[in-house]
Amino acid sequence: MKLARQFVRNPTSLLGLLLLLMFIVVALFAPLIAPPKPNQRDPYLIPKDGFAVEPKPPNAKHPFGTTEGQYDLFYGVVWGTRTAFKVGVIITFCTVAIGLSVGSIAAYRGGWVDEIIMRVVEVFMAFPFLLAALTMSAVLQARLGRGIITGMIALILFGWTTYARLIRADILTVKERDFVLAARAMGAGDLRILLRHIIPNAIFPTMVAASMDIGSYVLSFAALSFLGLGAEIGYADWGQLISFARNWIPALAKHWHIVVFPGMAILLFVLAWNLIGDALRDILDPRLRGARG
Amino acid sequence: MWRYIVRRLLALPILLFGISLLIFAMLQFLSPYERASLYVSDIPKRQGDMEALIRKYGLDRPLYEQYLRWVGNVVKGDLGFSKRGKRPVSEAIAHLFPATLELTLWSGIPIIWIGISLGVLSAVHQNRWIDQVTRVFAIVGWSFPTFVFGLLLLMIFYAKLGWFPAGRLSEWAAQVVQSDAFRAYTGMNTVDALLNGRLDVFVDALRHIVLPAITLSYLSWALILRVTRSSMLETLRQDYVTTARAKGLSEREVVNRHAKPNALLPVVTIGGLNLIMLLNGVVITETIFNYRGMGWFFADAALHLDVITILGFTLFNAVILVLGNLAVDVLYAVIDPRVRLT
Repeated sequence: MKLARQFVRNPTSLLGLLLLLMFIVVALFAPLIAPPKPNQRDPYLIPKDGFAVEPKPPNAKHPFGTTEGQYDLFYGVVWGTRTAFKVGVIITFCTVAIGLSVGSIAAYRGGWVDEIIMRVVEVFMAFPFLLAALTMSAVLQARLGRGIITGMIALILFGWTTYARLIRADILTVKERDFVLAARAMGAGDLRILLRHIIPNAIFPTMVAASMDIGSYVLSFAALSFLGLGAEIGYADWGQLISFARNWIPALAKHWHIVVFPGMAILLFVLAWNLIGDALRDILDPRLRGARG
Repeated sequence: MWRYIVRRLLALPILLFGISLLIFAMLQFLSPYERASLYVSDIPKRQGDMEALIRKYGLDRPLYEQYLRWVGNVVKGDLGFSKRGKRPVSEAIAHLFPATLELTLWSGIPIIWIGISLGVLSAVHQNRWIDQVTRVFAIVGWSFPTFVFGLLLLMIFYAKLGWFPAGRLSEWAAQVVQSDAFRAYTGMNTVDALLNGRLDVFVDALRHIVLPAITLSYLSWALILRVTRSSMLETLRQDYVTTARAKGLSEREVVNRHAKPNALLPVVTIGGLNLIMLLNGVVITETIFNYRGMGWFFADAALHLDVITILGFTLFNAVILVLGNLAVDVLYAVIDPRVRLT
């Protein structure tokens, strides 16, 4: 409760919370805000209005205008919110699940198992994250074709390592505590000690770090999409909407809307997570407590 | 300290071996036909020729044999043949590396300077307006997607105002650079222009590099600013700083002589993270500004699913990152005696 009060009183975290709420509402009510056409096969595919190449400025029919190929920007931004949540939550869930299993095995087993696992983690971390994900996505797309799943797999494959390290470090400290010893003395098995006693006491820092990473995963996915290695063409996805602007750089003064609307959507979404994460870090990190007047 | 450095150096081959294994595993997603590009420039059209090629380079042999052959080539600097670049991958890297290095250097200097000064300023004036402004600036900067930021810069300063051009050189300057009279010492246009005494070319190259350099570096400003600020705040509360104040030193001396040197130690540790952001950042930045360097080529190859090329580039980047991290760790051990003891 104290945490919640501190949270709401701080103007920056409050702003973050409000922004996030707005995005949640948009995502939930997407079918009402931007109703798909009755004959539309997949609501995530943005309807096209004609086949003209040149973008059209905002007008009554298209509040945000249309981008190259007459994709409706308003529809794309609204349904893109759903894609953002979907991508962010699934990637975070999978990376945490993998990181948690690998990290806890390494920490609990120790010895050569730990040594090998941590070397593997180091290998994955030796790659610049986005470049590695881009490469993996291209490798997968060469086999499977375009789609949001390839980008997500690529980001998960190179994203789990941070959590593996975090959870390992936390388990190593919890492992030595007296209640673990007590549990072992009472004859509890390895798995039971790990699942019932150690992980619940070690998982909190990882969970906080992970939930705040949703924004940055959405950012990375948008970057993949922007470079043409994300969703299939026409899928409601912010990164891809912006990539349509690449062919119109000399004419951007006239077609400002093709960058500004989808760009602001990504910026505000990521900003919301970062504002909340920043405030949470300040509140939870005792070393910085009292640093703010 | 030497034991620490030697231990780090001993871990290096293991890490490099792991990296090569991972890249090799990704190569296995390709069919033997596609993997032939590792060894030959163009793939023959006739069916029988292809079979002969696969046999010749052992692409149907057991995996460990293929790996040994491939690694042998990589060690010799042969990364295969690039379909998009129509030349060997290593040659493309060598050709494009100076352009990327130039961009990175031009953005690196302001990163360190601006980030650290703003961070110190922000900490010294904690909770005053200047602190609030820089903090908002840092967190918005941290959330700004590079490609949106770059496109907005282009929209304002190129499309609207026409102050800065896109690309790497104007046409006339490109002709000068390619002419025989102009000697390319480094491949970096700004440096070469100065060495050749062509001030006009230097100015042209600089005008082209301003926007991409800002785009590439603002993320790192934000990071360095935040780390400097929090580390400076912590240092300013230490006892020895209070002692320095009690001795009657001026606030400026306390900050610059006593607090700053210690507060900047953690900034060195994020050097590796900064390198990652730069290596990631050049791909997007160079693509947006049509600045023909490694990042631009990488994005182009990735878009056209030229897997041999991007795997070669990724391997190269991973090695750079590993060596960069090693340098950061060694540097940290040299400047901070506390690290050597553990």
